[in-house]
Amino acid sequence: MANPMRIRANLTGEVVEVKVLMRHDMETGQRKDASGKAIPPHFIQTLVAKCNDKVVLDAQMGTSVSKDPFLSFKFKGGAKGDKITITWTDNKGDTRTDEAAIA
Amino acid sequence: MNQNRRDMLRITSVLGLAITAGLLKPTDVFAAEWQGKVFEAKSLEDAIKALGGDKFAVSKDVTVSGPDIAENGAVVPVSVSSAAPNTEFIAILVEKNPTPLSASFNIPAGTEASVSTRVKMGGTSNVHALVKADGKWLIASKEIKVTLGGCGG
Repeated sequence: MANPMRIRANLTGEVVEVKVLMRHDMETGQRKDASGKAIPPHFIQTLVAKCNDKVVLDAQMGTSVSKDPFLSFKFKGGAKGDKITITWTDNKGDTRTDEAAIA
Repeated sequence: MNQNRRDMLRITSVLGLAITAGLLKPTDVFAAEWQGKVFEAKSLEDAIKALGGDKFAVSKDVTVSGPDIAENGAVVPVSVSSAAPNTEFIAILVEKNPTPLSASFNIPAGTEASVSTRVKMGGTSNVHALVKADGKWLIASKEIKVTLGGCGG
């Protein structure tokens, strides 16, 4: 299964900035392997970010997001120690959830 | 079948059953369903239309930031910010890519209308940010030159 995401969430004043680095091939389906066959598409399709139980971002991605997707966003209403949870699901139905506390 | 697969099958079938039984709404459990049709649109116009944003207006409230020249088209950092009040949705589109829509974000209340990610660009192209704020569609663009295309072709 995939490797853990790196999540950093920092509170400055009222705003929490979250940075996530996910590990995923994000295969477009256009690359060919050594034998000339197209490598099938394999990419993250949806992602949900929550702070405790509240959804703070709901993203959809396609094949043109870079390999090992990076995402950064900001929201208000998080406190130090609150849990940020990021869940992604890809086109093969694989899913991964990781969490980090707001620092 | 290994244990993980068994677990996954068990969990997904229970969830599936619960959803069919109306006990769990799909939106409680999964993120919004992936809008394949929009992501598969092959032209900028089709993608914007599929998103419902074809009556957009160019707006200075929306900014697209990124390098003027990207050395590596496989990894181009792009940020979008919207100063328009009640921004609820941001989409990033790379005009010349085979499927222009790269990523889209639903912005709930309390989250800032500001996202950054990295996209693949097949070649020099305009990168557009399509934003929905207060029910209106806004757009802003930036041209990013690419020296080495990033779609693997």
